Amino acid sequence: MAKVKGAIVVDTEICKGCEICMPVCLDNVISMSKEVNRKGYHYPYMSDPEACNGCTNCALVCPDRAITVYRVKV
Amino acid sequence: MEILDIIKSENQVFCKTKLMTDTALSYCPGCGHGTVHNIIMEVIEEMGIVEDTIGVAPVGCSVLAYEFMDIDMTQAAHGRAPAVATAITRTWPEKYVFTYQGDGDLAAIGTAETIHACNRGENIVVIFVNNGIYGMTGGQMAPTTLPGMQTSTSPYGREIETMGSPLKITELVANLPGVYYVTRHAVHTHKHARKAKKAIRKAFENTRLNKGLSFVEIVSNCNAGWKMNPIESNEWMVDNMFPYFPLGDIKVNGKLK
Repeated sequence: MAKVKGAIVVDTEICKGCEICMPVCLDNVISMSKEVNRKGYHYPYMSDPEACNGCTNCALVCPDRAITVYRVKV
Repeated sequence: MEILDIIKSENQVFCKTKLMTDTALSYCPGCGHGTVHNIIMEVIEEMGIVEDTIGVAPVGCSVLAYEFMDIDMTQAAHGRAPAVATAITRTWPEKYVFTYQGDGDLAAIGTAETIHACNRGENIVVIFVNNGIYGMTGGQMAPTTLPGMQTSTSPYGREIETMGSPLKITELVANLPGVYYVTRHAVHTHKHARKAKKAIRKAFENTRLNKGLSFVEIVSNCNAGWKMNPIESNEWMVDNMFPYFPLGDIKVNGKLK
């Protein structure tokens, strides 16, 4: 099926923990971490990295553009 | 494949545009302003008009827009951004001039400037972020506040009898002959953000072709002013704001839809 694999890198220090990236991730890759950054916000991480296809949906809705997306063809 | 094999610079497909400075955005978590800022800067970068673009920041939450956007910016008095943009575009007709305004700025204090700049058909782009409230000053009622919506100055909800109906300024300016392109979008999901980006790109291309004023409204959330969390505020926006402010093109190529 999926012939692309993706990954996201979150700039945890500029993330404000708004969680808008979670509902737009159609493959439910993103969860919020238990840890907080220096501002005290929980930040997203890839809880299911195998499912990520690098669609960039999460990065597009991130108001602070804290997410960088990588994609590679397998 | 390991994650570290994917995270390499040659595989990067999306990152923050270089036209946004490293200054942390001053907006509340989940506010649509950040997304709109980034989309405008991405469009300017993609079109390669960085050196030729001048932005006019308003008064409101986005008053510090010039701190975040790494292009030439100026600051206008409250509501007067279209008047300042008129002066800039008439002095440098070849430049791309845009104003970035909220609903309190554009639809209340600057109504005269907005309507007359639209009526004159100045060759500028007006980005209008509508969240139905005065966000910066503590959530007071704005002209675009919905009927029955509670704000700090309408604690029992907006009453139509005494406070009037929400002002649909986008529909109002669409009827003016000088306006070439009027559209309404949102940025709360990836689909809407992509459509909004296309619309903003089209607006800047209209400026390139000297077509007249392009007016792009973005219906956004104000989770702090609405007293909700970001996800709830986006759901509330879909349920309540969109029926009153329907998304889509209102005027394309000078013709009403």
